[in-house]
Amino acid sequence: MEQPSQVFSVSQVNQYIKSVLDGDPLLSGLFVRGEISNYKCYPSGHHYFSLKDAEGTMRCVLFRREAASLRFQPENGMKVVVYGRISSFPRDGQYQLYCSHLSPDGAGELHVAFEQQKEKLQREGLFDPAHKKALPPFPARIALVTSPVGAAVRDMIRILGVRWPLSEVLVVPVRVQGAEAAGEISAALTWLGENHAADLIITGRGGGSMEDLWAFNEEPVARAIYHCPIPVISAVGHEPDVTIADYVADLRAATPSNAAELAVPDQNELYHRLEQATRVMTQQTASCLSRARVRLTAASNHRLLQNPMRYLEERRMELDYLQGKTLGALRLTLSKERERFARLCASLDAMSPLKVLGRGYAITRKLDGTVVRSRQETAPGDAVRVTVTDGDILCEVKTC
Amino acid sequence: MAEKKKNFEESMHRIEEIVSLLERGDAKLEESIALFDEGTKLIQGCSGLLDKAEQKVQKLLITDEKAAAEVPFDEG
Repeated sequence: MEQPSQVFSVSQVNQYIKSVLDGDPLLSGLFVRGEISNYKCYPSGHHYFSLKDAEGTMRCVLFRREAASLRFQPENGMKVVVYGRISSFPRDGQYQLYCSHLSPDGAGELHVAFEQQKEKLQREGLFDPAHKKALPPFPARIALVTSPVGAAVRDMIRILGVRWPLSEVLVVPVRVQGAEAAGEISAALTWLGENHAADLIITGRGGGSMEDLWAFNEEPVARAIYHCPIPVISAVGHEPDVTIADYVADLRAATPSNAAELAVPDQNELYHRLEQATRVMTQQTASCLSRARVRLTAASNHRLLQNPMRYLEERRMELDYLQGKTLGALRLTLSKERERFARLCASLDAMSPLKVLGRGYAITRKLDGTVVRSRQETAPGDAVRVTVTDGDILCEVKTC
Repeated sequence: MAEKKKNFEESMHRIEEIVSLLERGDAKLEESIALFDEGTKLIQGCSGLLDKAEQKVQKLLITDEKAAAEVPFDEG
């Protein structure tokens, strides 16, 4: 190595590089497109990340003040377009892109469009829960409005076949991405509705980027779902993907496979329910029968039915007994009455005037029959009749 | 196809009705036996439909507003 004419310090070189960079008109303000990686946000509020493409990578920083206007959260893997200036940090000799603005690449516009579309259709009432139809519990004909190729349609057919082979599947092939897709999907839905061609419709597709799924955000599809008289299940992409179709549909499924599960019952569960019904019916009928049998046995075991003759004998015995008692009572009464009668006769007899006459008393009567009780009722010379025990004596009064 | 669906749905409904009637336990003996018979027949019918069911998959090619052709679908 020959003797250098000038030897610089590291700092000097770094400073020089910085001034070269700072002075370059292109590098003072440019747009750069790339994918975010190694993203980190420090407590200071500054964002540090790398932008990369297939062949290169670049360090970036987004300071807190500029980051404040971000409407989204930057993440690794996100494709972005950045505006900023290139400079270097003399301390470590590294150059960086100092970002002043950061926005999603391409997808950013779609996001805005999505929000605007969603708000417009929601205001019109297309998402109204009251408008949503109930799904038929046992659909006989299920139309799949989707791509005829790919995993989505295969999975749906398979799951429908395993769970509910009783239903017929109708595949209505449509494009599920690209400019023509929305028109084809809405035309298929409209045709199915007008021709009453199915009991249930599943429309959707497998996973993809927001652009790939875009057809299901378009207005014609949303309106076709809303106006379709047949219930519609939306089955777009993966679990986190939500499209306008999902808001309008009568039911949203997270994935096409999920849609097939929601669309039909599981035949195993049906078998189970039928078995259970059989069991309950058998039990209930058996216990009803045994209750009836118990009643019958109890009734037939009654002594009357077991030994009818004894019953009659017992009744006869009772009758005899009563009869005996009755006669006895009658006799008693009779003798009592007889006694009383005799007593009465005796008393009567005692009071008989004939008995009194027998004792020496006499009844004195005038000839006209009136009874004389006093001396004054007579005068000397009157004729009186005196009745004694054996007849009358005619007398003349001497003195009274 | 429509009758199949109606039968199945109506049958399931009636089966559940019969089960709850029997569970109430106040049906007379003849009624209970009649319900049991009806329920058993319906259950056999539904089981039979499920047993025999074979999934049918068709592709619908819409030709115009009112017409379409159904062709067998083979997954591509």
